[in-house]
Amino acid sequence: MKRALPIFWLLVLFTLPVWLRDPYFLHITIITAIFIIAAMSLNLLLGYTGQLSLGHVAFFGIGAYASALTSLGFDIELPGGLHIVHAPWPAIAGFPVGIVVAGLCGYMIGKLSFKVRGAYFVIVTISFAEVMRLVALNWVDLTQGPLALNNIPPYSIWLPGIGEYEIWSKVVFFYVVAAVGVACYLIIQRLVQSRIGRAMVALKDNESLAISVGIDVTRYLVLAAVMSAAMAGAAGSLYAHYVKIIDPEIFLFIYTVTMVIMVITGGKGTLAGPIVGGVIFGFLPVVVRSYVAPAVQWMIYGALMIVIVFLLPRGIVPAIEQYFLNRKQADRPPDVAVLADLDAPKS
Amino acid sequence: MMPPAETILSVENVAVHFGGLVAISDMTFSVSRGEIVALIGPNGAGKTTAFNVITGFLKATSGEVRYRTAVLNGLKPHEISRLGLVRTFQRTSVFQENSVFHNVMIGLHTRGRSKLWDTLLGTSRERESERELVNAALEILKFVGLEHRTTTLAANLAYGEQRLLGVALALAAKPSMLLLDEPVSGMNATETARFVKLVEKIRDAGTTILLVEHDMQMVMKVSDRVVVLNYGRIIAEGAPGQIQNNPEVIRAYLGQRKKRA
Repeated sequence: MKRALPIFWLLVLFTLPVWLRDPYFLHITIITAIFIIAAMSLNLLLGYTGQLSLGHVAFFGIGAYASALTSLGFDIELPGGLHIVHAPWPAIAGFPVGIVVAGLCGYMIGKLSFKVRGAYFVIVTISFAEVMRLVALNWVDLTQGPLALNNIPPYSIWLPGIGEYEIWSKVVFFYVVAAVGVACYLIIQRLVQSRIGRAMVALKDNESLAISVGIDVTRYLVLAAVMSAAMAGAAGSLYAHYVKIIDPEIFLFIYTVTMVIMVITGGKGTLAGPIVGGVIFGFLPVVVRSYVAPAVQWMIYGALMIVIVFLLPRGIVPAIEQYFLNRKQADRPPDVAVLADLDAPKS
Repeated sequence: MMPPAETILSVENVAVHFGGLVAISDMTFSVSRGEIVALIGPNGAGKTTAFNVITGFLKATSGEVRYRTAVLNGLKPHEISRLGLVRTFQRTSVFQENSVFHNVMIGLHTRGRSKLWDTLLGTSRERESERELVNAALEILKFVGLEHRTTTLAANLAYGEQRLLGVALALAAKPSMLLLDEPVSGMNATETARFVKLVEKIRDAGTTILLVEHDMQMVMKVSDRVVVLNYGRIIAEGAPGQIQNNPEVIRAYLGQRKKRA
């Protein structure tokens, strides 16, 4: 049963294009899936180390811009007469570049978070995203500013027998996003179920105590920030090469808020939380839009969010887990039950 | 009890000032291997400050703290912990949101052998290391007598049990010397008696113990040596029997027979 469940969900995920014949719904699914990846990355930082990054979209946008610029090429003049020309690379190279550049920014922010925690960290991250937006807006030579980066080429892969294959098809791109999403999920799962994840949870729960048992708190904060930023960067790259046009609006605060809503309603600090929250708040506006006026649509969005946070303060996934745990404990003596789970391989 | 062994912790002329406030003016004492030493004194005497300085949570204004061969001044708390000098905290200090078992697993952090790559790739070293940690955790829980509580959320434990868990956490970090900050405060007589047995068991397993405590019965029963602190300086030092009859100690505690400490 425990092994069957992941296989079931994988099946659902990978047969989704079959159910979704409507290309518009497929498009929404892809966008939602990209945001779910970003939300999962935010969850690593917010849910496990307890640091709220309200500028998480910065990493997403940096990944998008880095990836797009890698494949488009650029020609810039830096102060001091430095002239940098970058010839376009294959689009697929943008993906790792986006990850690495976003990861480096994550390293910077992570190092900073050693000095500033809590509210200050929130402010620093918000400012970081805003600065990034202003840079994207004003560094016209590099980013085209408000004119946006257009004609971003799609990923291309080399297939034996076919040769160079450019991913224009939505269905194929869906599978690319799904594969990246599953990879991110597995990485996060491995991390949080290891001693690294325990160290992160420990520093969230009681920092002095974590230090007192020898945990190097800074190290794990930085690690979480780098991992989280790199994954957000990956999502950004996917976004850029899917939508094929990005402008400074990508750094807007509202996108961070969307990610935070996905994580909080789904259940922060749980693996499935961002996915559940992401599915609800990714599809909700679209589904509701076909029935009501746009104004009402956002009211429903807001109301639902408040209801979930009010009724299930810890999020949907923890509430469901608690429900099943209670049922299980009614069936078996509690300690025996959970010790059996301890022995079982981690699923 | 034990023959005087080598000194493992020495605190030399340590002073701690918070701005103009002198928390510790001049403190010198040492602890030998295998001893149980109690640091006592009225409220505000500087006991917890002393703990914080020794374990690196506070910087000494002057003076030196040495553990075995290492000078601790300037080391970060987690580095000091890794040298084998592990503390517990006053009041309850456990990872509230985690189960008892998970708490100890967190405490075992430095014993894990897996690297980031092992974790990400799920190598056999990762699995072996995790299995070792699980076994060690269950062993430690058995040692402190919490094996029947493994799955309970730490926040839901009874008060006395939370203190036991705090000790289990510290033990998980493999201390060669354990610093207990008011370990039995708030415990009833039965719980205290049980705790004293545990402290003796830990010492018999080879761990040196320094404790801060207000419960004088407990202190006199468990310690080999008592160091008395008042107004940031040491006013007496000796075996429990000597300390009980020391006039200066009586004055510090009873304040010329006007109020109880």
